[in-house]
Amino acid sequence: MPARVASTNKTKLLTSAVVFTVIVLVATGLAISGVFSPSESKIVLATTTSTQNSGLLDYILPDFKSKYNVRVDVVAVGSGQALENAKRGDADVVLSHAPSLEAPFMDQGYGVYRRQVMYNQFALVGPSSDPAGVASAWSAASAFRKIADNSSTFLSRSDNSGTYTKELQIWGLAGLDAGQFDPQWYKEVGKGMEDTLRMADGMDGYTLTDEGTYFSLITSLNLVELFRNDTALFNQYSVIPVNPAKNPNVNVRFGMLFAEWIVSPATQELIASYSANGHQLFYPNAEP
Amino acid sequence: MGGLDIAQVVGLSLYVSLTATVLTSLIGLPLGAFLALKRFRGSWLMRTGVYALFALPSVVVGLVVYELLSHSGPLGFLDWLWTPIGMVLAESVLIFPLVTGLTMAAVSDVDESVRLTVRTLGANNRQLMLRVMHEARFGIFGAVMVGFGRAISEVGAVYMVGGNIAGSTQVITTAILQRTQMGDFDTAFVLAGILMIIAFTIFFVVREIQERG
Repeated sequence: MPARVASTNKTKLLTSAVVFTVIVLVATGLAISGVFSPSESKIVLATTTSTQNSGLLDYILPDFKSKYNVRVDVVAVGSGQALENAKRGDADVVLSHAPSLEAPFMDQGYGVYRRQVMYNQFALVGPSSDPAGVASAWSAASAFRKIADNSSTFLSRSDNSGTYTKELQIWGLAGLDAGQFDPQWYKEVGKGMEDTLRMADGMDGYTLTDEGTYFSLITSLNLVELFRNDTALFNQYSVIPVNPAKNPNVNVRFGMLFAEWIVSPATQELIASYSANGHQLFYPNAEP
Repeated sequence: MGGLDIAQVVGLSLYVSLTATVLTSLIGLPLGAFLALKRFRGSWLMRTGVYALFALPSVVVGLVVYELLSHSGPLGFLDWLWTPIGMVLAESVLIFPLVTGLTMAAVSDVDESVRLTVRTLGANNRQLMLRVMHEARFGIFGAVMVGFGRAISEVGAVYMVGGNIAGSTQVITTAILQRTQMGDFDTAFVLAGILMIIAFTIFFVVREIQERG
């Protein structure tokens, strides 16, 4: 029976190899996931895509890391999702730009406090031919009304982001209900700001954008900025450390450390010094 | 713009996909063979179920695994959300039906006469299964490679569970998505090229081995 013995040995060897491989793979996974080192200094920052994709976070976060030796894991999603993640205890601190979503978040006790960090503007962008004539509008609401009256192509984020929240607010100021619009011209794209800008560019449509994202993409777009400078288009970013009373695993100490850092004069200066394609993207306005 | 450590991103992609494939195969291969060979009450339903789950959308897997791993979810205590091991879990769930179902198909294709012969020689159930799986080894290998291919090209589930955190859970696909959004098409294309090379390599290895079989 030597053949039989050899085959059994081969099976044993194969089994050991498989078991070994699985152990190594799983152990590696647990190790790089930080399961063995839960005390490692890191926080999860839930934020909007505009702060990350504009390059701002890559520019300012190394300073936080070098000052406090705390790693910041950035989860960049829409403001709505960022706040929802935080409600579930899946983030330690939030940097968002959706005041109308932040208010109920604070009221329900999910945040320790909310402090304003910086702002930029929303702007109405569109094709240089400006078929609805929004460039001559006297307010954001009247510019929006011109688009609706003219049934000009308009792309809406429709994704529960801070930008979409702002868009709905302006339709409201114009006395219009976006839910009633004809999809022939009012296109609910359900995408992020960059994709929406590119689609608007391709369709010669209007869209509402934060200037940060717009300026960082400006070299690859034909869209032009047609309307800005209305207080209704103010885009405020705020920082909120997540309240551990709702989710005990939230790292409130580092969450607050981060919030204090981002509103500190040094970081505020750092934010002001960041620009893309020659445009300053964010204007710090933390109150001392 | 922040630097992107391409080697780290590619390494993590390979690691997550490979681990998900190995773990899935560990259960999927025996289960697939078992379902192909055994007839019992409800076995038809299970086989149909496995095939039906081929169409499982990755965003649904992402959503469900996020709910499970969320700190307010049932597995939140593990602290696996936004981690590579969480992504391994999501990808495993996603490719499990694929690996199991394709194994099942490969084993079912083994000629009936092989089973009868093995039985006649007095093999027990375990010996029968191993023998038939050996006959179907090329098909089974294909099943494993298809699983790996699906895992490494996966976007939705790993985005939702991993969070695309730079230097930690960013993989090739999510990095391509983000770089494209940022307008950094150059980096996106480099990453896309790497992903294509990996995908084609898998395809050629599978072809080569199956041709020889």
